[in-house]
Amino acid sequence: MSILVDKNTKVIVQGITGGQGRFHTEQMLAYGTNIVAGVTPGKAGQEVCGVPVFDTVKAAKEATGANASILYVPPKFAADSIFEAIDAEIPFVVCITEHIPVLDMAKVKNYMVGKSTVLLGGNCPGIISPGKCKMGIMPGYICKEGHVGVVSRSGTLTYEAINQLSVRGIGQSTAVGIGGDPIKGLSHVDVLKMFNEDPDTYAVVMIGEIGGSGEEEAAEYIREHMDKPVVAFIAGQSAPPGKRMGHAGAIISGGKGTAAGKIAALESVGVSVAPTPDLIGEYLVEAVKKAGIYEKCLTE
Amino acid sequence: MKIHEYQAKELMGAYGIPVPSGTLALTADEAYEAAKNIGPCVIKAQIHSGGRGKGGGVKFAKTPEEAREIAEKMIGMTLVTKQTGAEGKVVHKVLVTEANDIKKEYYLSVTVDNANACLVIIGSGEGGTEIEEVSEKHPELIVTEKVSVYQGYHAYNGYEVARKMGIPAALTKDFVKILGNMVRMMMDKDCSLIEINPLVETADGKLLALDAKVNFDDSGLVRHPELEELRDIDEEDPKEYKASLYDLNYISLFGNIGCLVNGAGLAMATMDTINKFGGSPANFLDLGGSTTEDKVAAALEILMTDPHVEVIMINIFGGIVKCDLIASGIVSACGKLGLKVPMIVRLEGTNVDAGKKILAESGLNIIPAKDLADAAHKAVEAAKGGAK
Repeated sequence: MSILVDKNTKVIVQGITGGQGRFHTEQMLAYGTNIVAGVTPGKAGQEVCGVPVFDTVKAAKEATGANASILYVPPKFAADSIFEAIDAEIPFVVCITEHIPVLDMAKVKNYMVGKSTVLLGGNCPGIISPGKCKMGIMPGYICKEGHVGVVSRSGTLTYEAINQLSVRGIGQSTAVGIGGDPIKGLSHVDVLKMFNEDPDTYAVVMIGEIGGSGEEEAAEYIREHMDKPVVAFIAGQSAPPGKRMGHAGAIISGGKGTAAGKIAALESVGVSVAPTPDLIGEYLVEAVKKAGIYEKCLTE
Repeated sequence: MKIHEYQAKELMGAYGIPVPSGTLALTADEAYEAAKNIGPCVIKAQIHSGGRGKGGGVKFAKTPEEAREIAEKMIGMTLVTKQTGAEGKVVHKVLVTEANDIKKEYYLSVTVDNANACLVIIGSGEGGTEIEEVSEKHPELIVTEKVSVYQGYHAYNGYEVARKMGIPAALTKDFVKILGNMVRMMMDKDCSLIEINPLVETADGKLLALDAKVNFDDSGLVRHPELEELRDIDEEDPKEYKASLYDLNYISLFGNIGCLVNGAGLAMATMDTINKFGGSPANFLDLGGSTTEDKVAAALEILMTDPHVEVIMINIFGGIVKCDLIASGIVSACGKLGLKVPMIVRLEGTNVDAGKKILAESGLNIIPAKDLADAAHKAVEAAKGGAK
């Protein structure tokens, strides 16, 4: 099993006729993702990589029975596209777009309350359940099907972690990039909860970074509910305060959101935190050995 | 994006927020002329930093002659405040503004509450000092009020804040209006912060924004081309400014190992690793996802022309970014500028073999690394060697 996406995920690509949309549609199809429709207003009737294009998400959903959508839409229009997907009652929406205005995301977040849609991102690399479905921009070939869940705020650092697992013969159930924006969809806690409830996930790698309080909340959740081993890495230990480290959410301000604070919170609830990113794989191996599930985590 | 106080006040004035009258002066003579019209005045250094008063960047002048004298000294001086760092910032212009008799000082700001996806008004009856200090020592004196981004501001929000801050009854109506205008400006212009510290009650019973700070959400600027002209590149680190022209996320740091990485998280993690291994990064640099050969070359140029950089470490995990494109960018930048410092390159991910081949065939003296740890070790070693 896996979380959020699998073989039954039928995907719409919003913004499919743009450069990014086209490129990643091709990549996702090559990975085996079941892309059933694309949406670009005014382009209905066209095809991209053999995928039919519709004017609206509702039209695409009615025609294809899609149950997920991924957005490659410019930042100015990204919020509109998320609203459209919510109104079309798409159960799972992934927003890859970076640089969405903060107030737009605040509106989206408010609008989602009480609605059925689950949002991942924006400014995220997407999600992959290896061997089943990739909705995102990560290189699929580094992933292996298996039993370790990965949740991260960063893109390339996630690849680093996945790669370290794969070369040690440890596959992944699902890898989720929640994104680097201050206001976003799924949080670390949301994803940890799903991994905890997924019988096919045996352990979790969590990658956080400076800024916000998502990692501290994750520590709280782990203490109360998590019954699987979790290892972590927190990026930005050497970042100076007041400087935004690329991600809009990655900033230490007023003494809050420091790496030291996050590491302390996680270690206090029994999470082993790798001091440097090159040790993430080793730490996971040690943690699953300690839990007596190392053999179960190995992928043939 | 940050702007100057005088720009913030102009914008606030346009939104109906009462600000003292003032004139921008680029020379001492201009300050003299301005003071002649204004009368007793305050000369305020215009730099993108708080704490100017303590650093000597805010002075009172009784006469136009005095204003000229003060401006003469202030313009061109390097102002060090606790926000500028030890190197300080050069003052290029001053604001000459009317002096007011102050009865009481308040603190008032509107910002984004990320955790609750709303706006938040922060107020305090203890104005003038830094709000972080007040919230640390006297959290009970801080008033907060959430404002929905959907419904916007309601007068009751303002009355609640006024009541808790102890705004005198006679001024409450004006106060409620000021707050409403702040929220309107916040939403209209995609601000990330509007701060009035202090908001003062004058001796003649009026509210006035004596100081003003406005920051904009960088992602919102695309909707407001009119704000671009408020940008003052004199206030930005020249390397950071150059990087921004190429959409590179670059931050100057203090070490001697120049870093070039794809992805913000990996870039931070690379800095962390260098630090843990006993080295010191010269910068944070994230190429971003939609990079080109030209951007790679521009990024390398920034590192190669930085006199502090003694070693360059490149760490790429290609997903969308292809390793062969990175390699071509490296070769092109080295061809143009010459490779004068040790360069450690770790390539992994999409098209890695093609990338390694390009580097090998270039004949450049590049030190390859097999993974992140190997690269960081080699960079730290090389930096130590260079320091000898």
